[in-house]
Amino acid sequence: MTRKQKRLAIIGGGVGFLMAAVFLVMFAFSQAVAYFYVPGDLAKASLAPGTRIRLGGLVETGSLQRGEGKTVTFNVTDTLGTVPVTYTGILPDLFREGQGVVAEGAFVAGSPVFVADTVLAKHDETYMPKDVADRLKAQGVALGGKENIQ
Amino acid sequence: MIIELGHYALVLALATALIQAVLPIAGARRADRALMELASSAALVCALLVAFSFTVLTFAYVTSDFSVRNVWENSHSLKPLIYKISGVWGNHEGSMLLWLLILVFFSALVALFGRNLPETLKATVLAVQAWIAAAFALFILLTSNPFARLVPAPGEGKDLNPVLQDVGLAIHPPLLYLGYVGFSVCFSFAVAALIEGRIDAAWARWVRPWTLAAWTFLTAGIAMGSYWAYYELGWGGWWFWDPVENASFMPWLAGTALLHSALVMEKREALKIWTVLLAIMTFSLSLLGTFLVRSGVLTSVHAFATDPTRGIFILAILVVFIGGAFSLFALRASRLKSGGLFAPISREGALVLNNLILTTAAATVLTGTLYPLVLEALTGEKISVGAPFFNMTFGLLMLPLLCAVPFGPLLAWKRGDLTGVAQRLFVAATVGLLVAAVYYYAMNGGPVLALLGIALGVYLIVGALTDLVLRAGIGKVAGSIAWKRLSGLPRSAFGTALAHAGLGVTLIGIVAVTAFETETVVEMKPGMMVDAGGYTLRFDGMRQGRGPNYTDETGHFTVSRGGVAVTEIWSSKRLYTARRMPTTEAGIRTFGLSQLYVSLGDPMTDGGIVVRVWWKPMILCIWGGALIMMTGGVVSLSDRRLRVGAPTRAKRAAGLALGAAE
Repeated sequence: MTRKQKRLAIIGGGVGFLMAAVFLVMFAFSQAVAYFYVPGDLAKASLAPGTRIRLGGLVETGSLQRGEGKTVTFNVTDTLGTVPVTYTGILPDLFREGQGVVAEGAFVAGSPVFVADTVLAKHDETYMPKDVADRLKAQGVALGGKENIQ
Repeated sequence: MIIELGHYALVLALATALIQAVLPIAGARRADRALMELASSAALVCALLVAFSFTVLTFAYVTSDFSVRNVWENSHSLKPLIYKISGVWGNHEGSMLLWLLILVFFSALVALFGRNLPETLKATVLAVQAWIAAAFALFILLTSNPFARLVPAPGEGKDLNPVLQDVGLAIHPPLLYLGYVGFSVCFSFAVAALIEGRIDAAWARWVRPWTLAAWTFLTAGIAMGSYWAYYELGWGGWWFWDPVENASFMPWLAGTALLHSALVMEKREALKIWTVLLAIMTFSLSLLGTFLVRSGVLTSVHAFATDPTRGIFILAILVVFIGGAFSLFALRASRLKSGGLFAPISREGALVLNNLILTTAAATVLTGTLYPLVLEALTGEKISVGAPFFNMTFGLLMLPLLCAVPFGPLLAWKRGDLTGVAQRLFVAATVGLLVAAVYYYAMNGGPVLALLGIALGVYLIVGALTDLVLRAGIGKVAGSIAWKRLSGLPRSAFGTALAHAGLGVTLIGIVAVTAFETETVVEMKPGMMVDAGGYTLRFDGMRQGRGPNYTDETGHFTVSRGGVAVTEIWSSKRLYTARRMPTTEAGIRTFGLSQLYVSLGDPMTDGGIVVRVWWKPMILCIWGGALIMMTGGVVSLSDRRLRVGAPTRAKRAAGLALGAAE
């Protein structure tokens, strides 16, 4: 191979690999990311059933019910809307009624119930959009103190 | 009084850093020896001052001096001593001080061990280090002063976040910072080379030990952090693709690439410009990581906007240093003469492939980490980019690299023989597939992809050893000669083999846990049984207890196999009294390389408790592999050719090693 051909081979291979990587990233962004919603936004969102989303808000006080064994149900609210959630497993240490929560999962077709496979809790208002937190504060809903893991 | 002295020492350190930042460079320009030599003494003084300042803060923590706001916010008089000390860096202000301490520590090391460096280069490197040190000292003094007093002094502290009260976390940040900040030396060398407009193979030889040391610490820090998250958070996960984790992983990927490209530059005088660029990028990613973790931008773009002083300051540091370095690069890179060409199929070619894939992978992780932030800032939409995204992109991109790793050391420089190497690796590939077949039989089936993953891991390990076997001529020459040749191999050859084999071990752990772990969530009452990984756990009941600063409830489990009791597991939930914060202390038992992992949920009204039991097959391989990689780094570092400041002897030794390799 001549100098030029060698250079071309290396550059061609590199560019090809980079293009593949870019394509892969674009594809993954269209497939493998979950959008964040609060209950109040869901009405206008028109999600296809089975779309993975993150649902954030407060755990409605008095709504936590432990079903048979390990399945629990609770309501997530942002005061403009309320969504019933079911989850099978162990709730995180910081999960409490009246505190912020983020549930990841999807709606089952033809049902208003959100089935979560991951539940994250933090007593931290920054886990929800600022306008929601402000709205809640304005209505006198107590938000927990700020905890940050360094 | 002593607190104020600590504060004052930090101000003095800033002043010293400013002197160190300006005068030596002027000296290098004017060939003024006295000014250049100032750099070393200034670096040592600066390190001593920051060390004093850090000691004072530690003293305040140990004596529980709650008149210092930082101590009051993060400590408690009842906390065990080790967590009083680790509390120093368990918060924003203290961890920034640790960052600075490690930075000036590295400058001092350059000053002490860089005797053989050309005068002007050493002075310039130390000056660049001082720019960074001055920027961060200013940041600490202006926005994050750990010595701020509180009047009147409260009687008791607010305690450290309980999740952070753990031995793993006591050592994780120092290790991580030694890695992160260690790359600053490579950055300074790169910027100094650009300023001087001169670069050669010796430059790569000086930079490589620093890269290697930083890389080794970073590997240790990441592995430690991953193990900490695994046992402390109680979710049984060992890597979450969390932005904070990515922040440390990106410099690791770039640093690994740098380690390999510096090799090409040292041996073949090629890839000069690229190596300089990579050195700048690696430390830029470290700075970016510091920004992401420290500015609060990760919890929410809005949180960042509400309290922007710190964030904006670090962002400014980021822009000045990264922007400055890249501008300098754009202006001066053309001055650095590029080296010789080589055939695509050669050791150099393999290392270029390594660099291409590693930097692309780092870019992918960067995109996935920043995209949600950018999207939220631009449109207000919140998305989560998690494991599915990274597995799909990063995972796929790394596959060709993993297949290519054993080829690298076997290919000759300049022009390699691909078929010959493939033939030599035939054994490794066969052993890999055989082990996968045995695994298939032992597990009674399993997903094909997972088995191929295991095969790939074994192929990496055997492939790494193949290099040593071939170089020593084991099986071809008499045993005694082979042994002689093996012990005569340069240490860096062993380092390479260990690091590559460690990669294989980690891969096996990752694949085995991902594909074969079992998770059972079950509500248990005393006397009930649950099966996991061939063992049976019997729940015996709960017990109340109390520690120095918490109360706990502990579940007791008896583990048996085939009806015979083998061991016990205690798993508990703690409630830290000062913050009223619960934590999970998972019960973990190790069987060989696998683990049983038990964490407790909430008690039920009917007296039962929800229990989560995982069987984690081969999970210790994940961190064991990292440990092997680190060992590889240390062994390589002990190679006399790489010894800091041994460039004169290096040529002769390199010649000898070449002779031995042939």
